[in-house]
Amino acid sequence: MFKENFKMSWMNLIHNKMRSFLTMLGIVIGVASIIALITIVKGAMDGMTSEFSSFGADKITVQAIGTPLKQGLLDSDIQKLSEIEDVAGVSPTLTGNTTVVYNGNEKKDVFVQGKNDVYFSKTKDLVETGRGINILDIDSENKVCLIGANIAEELFWGEDPIGKKMLVAGVTYTVIGTLHESSSFSDSSNNDAVIIPYTTSMSLLGTGYINNVDVFMSDANDSEKITSDIEAVLNQAFNYNKDGFTIINMQDMLSSINRVTTMMSLMLGGIASISLIVGGIGIMNMMLVSVTERTTEIGLRKALGAEPKRIQQQFLLEAVFLSLFGGTIGLLLGALIAYAVCFLIGASFALSVFTVVLAFGFSAAIGIIFGIAPARKASKLNPIDALRSV
Amino acid sequence: MCGQILNMTQITKTYVMGEEEQVVLNNINLTVNKGDFVAILGPSGSGKSTLMNIIGCLDSPTSGDYYLSNQKVDELDEASLAAIRNKEVGFIFQQFQLLPRLNAIQNVELPLVYARVQEKDRKQRAREMLGRVGLGEKLQNRPNQLSGGQQQRVAIARAMVTNPTILLADEPTGALDQKTGQQIMELFHELHEEGKTIIMITHDIEIAKNASRIVRILDGKLREEFTYV
Ligand SMILES: Nc1ncnc2c1ncn2[C@@H]1O[C@H](COP(=O)(O)OP(=O)(O)OP(=O)(O)O)[C@@H](O)[C@H]1O
Ligand SMILES: [Mg+2]
Repeated sequence: MFKENFKMSWMNLIHNKMRSFLTMLGIVIGVASIIALITIVKGAMDGMTSEFSSFGADKITVQAIGTPLKQGLLDSDIQKLSEIEDVAGVSPTLTGNTTVVYNGNEKKDVFVQGKNDVYFSKTKDLVETGRGINILDIDSENKVCLIGANIAEELFWGEDPIGKKMLVAGVTYTVIGTLHESSSFSDSSNNDAVIIPYTTSMSLLGTGYINNVDVFMSDANDSEKITSDIEAVLNQAFNYNKDGFTIINMQDMLSSINRVTTMMSLMLGGIASISLIVGGIGIMNMMLVSVTERTTEIGLRKALGAEPKRIQQQFLLEAVFLSLFGGTIGLLLGALIAYAVCFLIGASFALSVFTVVLAFGFSAAIGIIFGIAPARKASKLNPIDALRSV
Repeated sequence: MCGQILNMTQITKTYVMGEEEQVVLNNINLTVNKGDFVAILGPSGSGKSTLMNIIGCLDSPTSGDYYLSNQKVDELDEASLAAIRNKEVGFIFQQFQLLPRLNAIQNVELPLVYARVQEKDRKQRAREMLGRVGLGEKLQNRPNQLSGGQQQRVAIARAMVTNPTILLADEPTGALDQKTGQQIMELFHELHEEGKTIIMITHDIEIAKNASRIVRILDGKLREEFTYV
């Protein structure tokens, strides 16, 4: 019985191709815009999230400009931070600009970073060739360095830089490694950087203060507790001067980004669903016209023994067909648009199962909601009135 | 009374139009036996179609009792009425009422679809019935690819395919020329001879003469005219 109704509905839609198509268009546009918007927003936000994650979701960043009396953190403070429970390691950063020279070639305004062994063990895809800085380099303030991809290219001209001696701020350093070339915006600075042990960099930069520390957690779920422990250490270090430091918790930032993403998806999806409702009204309108047009047919079917619920099912199926078919086209169109846009803005394209289910669920629901009234109207037609209308 | 398949007593149908009340059928009593070929003859507006709609369970009387195949019709719900129209009654209309988008075989199949007969069986029975009315060669033709007489034959095949208790025809020759009309009447004769019960409505005495029994209807009242056999 279902199969027969299915066939009849299909035949009827095929017969009125143009009208079916135009009616479907509302649903197509509605579903396409929902799919496209959700997918694009998600793609863009995923990009941002992974960028943030690459900064490290398992780390807490401390920025300490300090007080006039104490313009940053001391080695002893770093030591205290590393002793906090559940802290896997602490990575201080010192930065400055200087000139490097190799083989008579000079490069000015090079970004020098002082880092430690923790930085190298905790950061993925950092070292391209050679080795990173280890604990011995830190303890004995070795004059060793790693160089960024641009520096390797500009100063060494394809020569293998490892083991070569170069001048950093007039002092001879041995190159122990090169840094992985990075294309992403967040750490492209590494391409022009020279990294040296932070203990060594203190004398190079002429400072004992550290303004920037990354604290790595052994369990990101403990971030709240660790954050408050860090705060305690810093309060002590800066004599409760809250202006002296800032604690940036990546975990908190990630979850607020996720909140914003979800809200934006919902909001845009909500706006797009208005067009779905308009599409649904289009379907309802066409179905009502169709019932009126086919009054005689309905009367005849009833005279031949069709039960009201069968007539209802036939018309309801037509409406659901229209909206599901429109939904499928909309899904394809929306995915295509999203793919194109994601490609253009360089975001990652991923069509989630949720979105697909949402599209089909929505269009089926629209078909049923807006198809039920015309279908009931058809099923309630009095067969004699219907037959007499010829 | 084993042969009695239709029994109407005191059937009245009134339409209320604003203030006025129009009595279209007035205390009608009618009994039809198995194998009867009854013609209901009357002028336009006399209530013929109204009576036929009640017989065919498309409409219900204002008052009176109606039994069809020993079922009291006015006690039935919509679904049971649908089943009665499907199994007990075969309708033949003046305007044929074929579905334009379906071909001959699909049109004939339709009542079997509603009777939930399997597709293979359905096609087989539809094909046989179309052969029976002389359209074995026109199975795939759509209504607009058939002559009026051929269309009415398809409609007769459709009415017959469920093997109904009564065949109910409202002016079956009304839209046909005399010669084609006569051919349709010959088909009715054949069906009658096979034992089919036929009720035919007409305003044409010549057509009515084909029947074995004529009932006159005038101003909503029924009067037995004469009976052959
Ligand atoms: N739904 C209705 N509402 C009001 N009056 C109606 C309705 N249906 C039929 N009538 C009236 O009932 C009367 C009989 O109508 P009916 O259709 O039965 O006539 P008929 O004998 O079939 O005529 P014809 O030979 O022209 O087909 C007519 O006067 C008609 O106006
Ligand atoms: Mg009539």
